[in-house]
Amino acid sequence: MSAASSAHPASITSCPDGPLIVRGELALFDDQGEAVMPNRRTFALCRCGASAIRPFCDGSHKLVGFRTTPPPRTAAVTFDEPAPSTLNAE
Amino acid sequence: MDVPSARGEVTEILIARLTAGERAPLDDLAATTTAALAASDDVLTDDDLQLALFLMYELHYGGLDGVADTWEWDPRLLAVRERIEREFEAALRRAVSQPRATRDVSEALFALVTDDDGPSLSAFVERDATAEQVREILACRTIYTLKEADPHSWAIPRLHGRAKSALVEIQADEYGGGRPERLHATIFAAALRGAGLDDRYGAYADHVPATVYTSMNLMSLFGLHRRLRGAIVGHLAAYEMTSSLPCRAYATGLRRLGFGDDVTDYFDEHVEADAVHEQLAARDLAGSLADDEPEIANDILFGAAACLAIDGRLWGGLRERFEVGESALRKPLP
Ligand code: FES
Repeated sequence: MSAASSAHPASITSCPDGPLIVRGELALFDDQGEAVMPNRRTFALCRCGASAIRPFCDGSHKLVGFRTTPPPRTAAVTFDEPAPSTLNAE
Repeated sequence: MDVPSARGEVTEILIARLTAGERAPLDDLAATTTAALAASDDVLTDDDLQLALFLMYELHYGGLDGVADTWEWDPRLLAVRERIEREFEAALRRAVSQPRATRDVSEALFALVTDDDGPSLSAFVERDATAEQVREILACRTIYTLKEADPHSWAIPRLHGRAKSALVEIQADEYGGGRPERLHATIFAAALRGAGLDDRYGAYADHVPATVYTSMNLMSLFGLHRRLRGAIVGHLAAYEMTSSLPCRAYATGLRRLGFGDDVTDYFDEHVEADAVHEQLAARDLAGSLADDEPEIANDILFGAAACLAIDGRLWGGLRERFEVGESALRKPLP
């Protein structure tokens, strides 16, 4: 098992407006040089600075409006009728 | 699970026939179901019809105690199920506006969840809920969370390549990554016990409102039909994308009320896990699926919008009851 997984080098993928997704085996250390053990095989590192569970992402980047690219000028989604609020309004 | 109590004519006949042994006659069930569908004010909140659909779907999951396993593929029962499903899906399509991506599906998913501003139960739990209200919420969560991730797993053999790989990556984490004690359903069972609740599947089947079954049935409908594989993927994406911040609020509220680590562990785990799953689900899963099968891109967005609408209705409904000082359950917890 470990021979197979170490055959794949670790990878880091950046998510637009979000964290860095880390896959593969690598050692992680905190500010004090203490080893940090991720709780899962694939984990997300905060890069917005707002997470309460740093170095991991907790979704706070959405609350603080973290952007890695300028926001697009037009809406990303449109809706057919009926209006999206009808269900909640009941 | 134990067979729950009937909630109307359809479930009365359904339960009687299922527990009567294999291949009991079903003619009266079909006729009663057709009449109940015609008479129902709203299939999405109908206690009798949603429980009936849930029980028929449950035959594909853990099964019902005292009910023969062969009912799962009984064509007469499947025909009744199909009648309810058809009306269920039609009601969903009337209630949920079809979103369309203007650029790409993952960007549209992020916009959908950002714009979702239904009443937040997690914010209520964080600041205002009582311990008894939290116990009611946990009881309402048992129907899905004690089999967390299972309905989305139906999609695995229906996907290919990058989308399949992403779904398995998410589900492996949901199922504990090889550590049975970290199965999310198992962590939730520990939370239930820590809160003084029963962790057997279906223990609160008679307590929970119809909307709990609607939420579960939505996932089973999407998950069990290959035609709707886009919708179950979109559902998972929306679910994961609206989980980490609310779970943090839940954990804070539970600590405020003095619940122990055994109860908060489930929510703490989801803060971290779902911040990862959100990215994998929106980009590697839904984004790849939309690239590979552009003809189902709108189904992905419909599944996401349906998740937000139906779960918004469920959890917003609980909050409304709590705010006027009422129980959200059909009968008090023991
Ligand atoms: S990048 Fe997600 S919380 Fe910072």
